[in-house]
Amino acid sequence: MSDIAIRVEQLGKMYRIGGKQERYFTLRDSLADIVISPFNRARSVLQGKAYGAAGLEETFWALKNVSFEVKHGEVVGIIGRNGAGKSTLLKILSRITEPTEGYADIFGRVGALLEVGTGFHPELTGRENIYLNGAILGMSRQEIDHKFDEIVEFAGIEKFIDTPVKHYSSGMSLRLGFAVAAHLEPEILVVDEVLAVGDAEFQRKCLGKMSDVVNEGRTVLFVSHNMSAVQNLCEYAYVLSHGGIRFSGSVEDAIKRYFDDIRTNSREIVLSDRTDRQGNGPFRFVGLVFRDKEMGNVLESVISGQNVVIEMTYETEDGLPPKGLRVSIGFWTITGAFMFACSNDAVGVDLRLVSNTGKIYCEILNWPLSAGDYVYTLYASQDRSMADRIKDAGIISVQNGDFYGTGRIPSPYQGVLVNYNYAI
Amino acid sequence: MKILNKQTAPIAVNSALSRDTQLPHLRIQPSHGWVSLKLGELWEYRELLYFLTWRDVKVRYKQTVLGASWAIIQPFFTMIVFSLFFGNLAKVPSDGIPYPIFSYTALVPWTFFSYGLQQSSNSLVISANLLKKIYFPRLVIPISSILSGIVDFALAFAVLIVMMLLYGIFPTVNLIFLPLFLLLTFITSLGVGMWLSAMNVQFRDVRYTVPFITQFWMFATPIAYPSSLIKNDLLQMIYGLNPMTGVVEGFRWVLLDTDTAPGPIIVVSTLAAVALLVSGTYYFRRMEKSFADVV
Repeated sequence: MSDIAIRVEQLGKMYRIGGKQERYFTLRDSLADIVISPFNRARSVLQGKAYGAAGLEETFWALKNVSFEVKHGEVVGIIGRNGAGKSTLLKILSRITEPTEGYADIFGRVGALLEVGTGFHPELTGRENIYLNGAILGMSRQEIDHKFDEIVEFAGIEKFIDTPVKHYSSGMSLRLGFAVAAHLEPEILVVDEVLAVGDAEFQRKCLGKMSDVVNEGRTVLFVSHNMSAVQNLCEYAYVLSHGGIRFSGSVEDAIKRYFDDIRTNSREIVLSDRTDRQGNGPFRFVGLVFRDKEMGNVLESVISGQNVVIEMTYETEDGLPPKGLRVSIGFWTITGAFMFACSNDAVGVDLRLVSNTGKIYCEILNWPLSAGDYVYTLYASQDRSMADRIKDAGIISVQNGDFYGTGRIPSPYQGVLVNYNYAI
Repeated sequence: MKILNKQTAPIAVNSALSRDTQLPHLRIQPSHGWVSLKLGELWEYRELLYFLTWRDVKVRYKQTVLGASWAIIQPFFTMIVFSLFFGNLAKVPSDGIPYPIFSYTALVPWTFFSYGLQQSSNSLVISANLLKKIYFPRLVIPISSILSGIVDFALAFAVLIVMMLLYGIFPTVNLIFLPLFLLLTFITSLGVGMWLSAMNVQFRDVRYTVPFITQFWMFATPIAYPSSLIKNDLLQMIYGLNPMTGVVEGFRWVLLDTDTAPGPIIVVSTLAAVALLVSGTYYFRRMEKSFADVV
């Protein structure tokens, strides 16, 4: 009767977390466990219960009470911080995992694109992998035969089609993976962060292909951190936060809402309670503040051309001063255009910290951004493995300023301001 | 309504009306208790099954020096060792058939079985990335991993035919039953494979038990010795509960025309294999929902 494509009612997904680490306290406990538990475990295995289900008390709702409807032909974006439940939602809708409660009705064939090149085998040639990957994504053999040339052309790998994929560059296999996926023709397409990979040119190509899909009138559910991609492709968007839908409406309002969540009234950004971080620690960012270099006072907003010190507070979980540390802060416009990043290794500074908690200072002379709001991401690695990453850690607002010292104010969103001159 | 749809459908394929009638409806919700087996869906995904099997076959002997001859080396050398120690030294009876061919006839299906067992029990863990990123009936994975052993089986079987000709043994008309015994091997392998692969997702212990199980199972199967060593009828029945007993005796009966009455043991073995298959399928389907979260 209706033209609903996806109807989600009170959907929830619970994960059991923790508990495992505290399982063995003493050798005696673990020995006793060895004797007793195989029988208990064997029983629970045969009953089809999850491993140690009883022992893992702590539960976590990745998604809770989520309800919405998507009509046929609508293109809906889902935005939210890491860990907000976006991927869980897509996994449920693409049937990879089961919900714990609630239900979703889907009218039409669903094509899920959670990763490009799923199931690629390095020993097989490009040609063989197209068929394999196509079959995995749910295409029939005739369908692949029919689109084969188109796929090869889109990927731009004509010459290497009979070369094993293990000899491909990472960019090539990425292109091939996306090319196969882009030729899926389901009524409903569910897309995760897949466009965030590859070089700029390829990303443009992917976005172009995505808008073709959109223009063909198919239903698309699109998750991305790339706000400009979301803005370009989607009419509506949902903001997900802590497993629930916090906002639904036009894509512009949704993006605004998303950044409002990040923006805090306090000038000192507290990061210690951020749960949406990536990385294995032990180094963690716990706070951040912008200060005026000369006066040392905390800044609510920065003026173009001002000398600024970014003061990052850190702590390490294991209590040891971090070694081999690399720290970086990068700035983006709120539509997702990258501005610049500052990392200590680029300027050759070795951060040899002596204590397990303290501050790191990044000094930026002549603040190089024009008026507008910019979102920043913090990144730290220890010995080349990611220790901590907080995407969209906060927003800094920039006021017009006399960057060039000419008495003129650069217009807003000019991108990065650089010192230059003209001559004849 | 119907007439209206017929009129609109050809002109506007994408119209909401035609959608309503054509689009499949799917409800995603938590499953409870014993779920249905969804074998129809498995059939829909037969092309994927084909491609995954084809991949495993293609990749199996890539970057090896001896290539597909590995398929022959393994059973053939086992046969030589068996003939030497069990046949010549221990003088194990072989139902009046030359010992080498007696043991090799059993080793051919056995190798297919043990390969299937090993591959399928690890299959889900190896395919973790697929499980986490895309939906398809998970049963496709263990099935395809076992099916890929068919090529090895065919090669080893060709050697068996050559050996039979050399020994002057010609198969009888019973040969037509051979596919049934191959199917029985497959069913047994899949039945155990589904149990083990689903368990392996949560308990990696399985990986360490499989070699042990295979070894134990090999001695519990009349490969190096004939089942006729067991004289008691009742004990023979119990012995037949090992489905591989039925397979091996079946192969010998079909190919070598042994006196073993195929009847009772094979019936018991078949029932045992079917029980394994059905229970394995249900267990697998029941555990399936947690694969992507746990693996």
